[in-house]
Amino acid sequence: MSTTNEQWRVHVDPTRCIGSGICAGIAPKHFVLVHGLARPLAERVAPDDALVDAADSCPMEAVIVSEADGLRRVAPEP
Amino acid sequence: MTEAPETTAPQRYPFSEPDRLNLDPRYARLRRDEPLTRIRLPYGEPVWLATRHADVRTVLGDARFSRAASVGRDEPRNTPRQQEGGILSMDPPEHTRLRRLVAKAFTARRVEELRPRTRQVAHELVDGMLAAGPPADLVEHLATPLPIRVICDLLGVPVADQDRFHTWSEAIVSTTSLSPERAQEYIDSLFAYMGELIARRREQPTDDLLGAMVRARDADDRLAEDEVVRLAAGLLAAGHETTVTQIPNFVYALLTHPDEWARLRARPDLVPGAVEELTRFVPLGATSAFARYALEDVELGGVLVRAGEPVVVSISSANRDETVFPEADRLDLTRQVNPHLGFGHGVHHCIGAQLARMELQVVLETLVARTPDLRLAVPESELIWKSGLLVRGLVAMPVSW
Repeated sequence: MSTTNEQWRVHVDPTRCIGSGICAGIAPKHFVLVHGLARPLAERVAPDDALVDAADSCPMEAVIVSEADGLRRVAPEP
Repeated sequence: MTEAPETTAPQRYPFSEPDRLNLDPRYARLRRDEPLTRIRLPYGEPVWLATRHADVRTVLGDARFSRAASVGRDEPRNTPRQQEGGILSMDPPEHTRLRRLVAKAFTARRVEELRPRTRQVAHELVDGMLAAGPPADLVEHLATPLPIRVICDLLGVPVADQDRFHTWSEAIVSTTSLSPERAQEYIDSLFAYMGELIARRREQPTDDLLGAMVRARDADDRLAEDEVVRLAAGLLAAGHETTVTQIPNFVYALLTHPDEWARLRARPDLVPGAVEELTRFVPLGATSAFARYALEDVELGGVLVRAGEPVVVSISSANRDETVFPEADRLDLTRQVNPHLGFGHGVHHCIGAQLARMELQVVLETLVARTPDLRLAVPESELIWKSGLLVRGLVAMPVSW
C-alpha cells in the first residue's frame, strides 16, 4: 500500500465486460457484479496491488487502472 | 433457513450415468425444491451441491469460498487419488501470480490474432475429411486435430508429439476410464515431457508461450519451477481435451436439432451467438469436482453453509435455470440474453475461454460453408459415447455430406 496521497482511477468498460467474475474474485473490495457485469465500487481509490492483478487478469482487458491525476495507465500492461 | 438435514443420508453423485447430452431430471427438481442438497461423490467427504444459477455463481465467484482451503481435506472427488496442489487449488493472490504468467496470451485481443491461421487449419482439415469420405469420422478428421494444432502453435509444443501427449492428457479428465496407476503414470509422463520442453528453453530461448513462461519465471523467484511445469502441462492437456470433446458435442446438438442447423446454414452471422447458446445448452460435465470450502458461515440457497464445509456446483444445472433462461431446455441459437456459466465464473474462470470460443466459431462457420448438408452417417442410437470421464463426449462421429 502506498503511503502517499496518490490516487488511482478504476474504470470497467461495460461494452467489453463479459461478467467472468475474475476481477470481483481477485479484488472483492474494489469490484462488484451488477446484473452480471463488473462495476468498480469506487472510481478513485488508494493504490492497491489487487487492482493491478485484476486489470492484468481480465481476458477482455475491460478493467483499466490509471493515475487519477495523470494520464499514465497503471494496468493492464500493453 | 434450515440446518443441515443430519438425518438424511447424502445422495450418491453423480445421480446417474451420463445419457448422451440429456440432463438428469433431478436437477430441475432440486433447483425448484432443494437448491442446496447433500451429496456424496465416489470418494471424499460429503458435500453440498448447488444447482441454481445465482448460487453457483456465488460459490464460484465469492471470495468467502476457497479452493486453497481444500488442501489437507478429504476432498470430494471422482478418483481415489487426491488433487495435489496446482493452480486449481489456489486462491488469490498466489493464484493470480501464477495465472498472470499466461493470462496475457489468452486475452480476446491476442486470440483474435490466431483466428486467420485457425481458419486455414480448419479448411485444410475439412479438405482431408471430404477426401476421406463420405462417410468420415468428424472426431478423427476435425475435432481432434484442430484444437491440438492451435494449442501446440500457441505453446510451442511440437505437433509431431501429439500421439503421446494426447494419450497422457486423458488422465486430466479421467474418472474411471484409466486405472489409478495408469492415470498417475500418464500425469507423470505429461509433467516430465513438459519439464523437458521448458528446460530446453533455458538453453535456447523461444518466442512462444513456453518461452515467455520461462522468462517470467526466471524474473520472479516466488514462482516455483514445478508449478510452472504443471501449469504448462495443464494448458496443453485441458487446452485441447475440452475443445476436442465440445466440437462433436456441438455438431451433435445441431444435427439432432435440424431446425437450428437450418437456421445457422441460412444465417452464418448467427455463429457467435450459436457458440454461446451451445456452450449453455450442452452439459459438458458428467459429474462435479473442485469443491469450494466456506471460509465463514454463508447463507446460500436457503441453508446455512458452515465455515469449513465444502460445496460443489452443477454448471450444467445452472445453465438450465428457468429463472434466468426462458425455455431453458430449448436450444435457441438466437437467444439474446445468455449469461451462461459454461466457462465457469470467478478467479478460476476458464483461461482458454476466448480461445475455445474462437475455435468453436471457426469450426461451425467452416462446416456451414463447406458441408451445408452435413448429417450423421449412422442412426443416432448407434453413436458410442465415452464413459469414465469428467466430460461427456463421442468416441467417434461418422458423418456424411
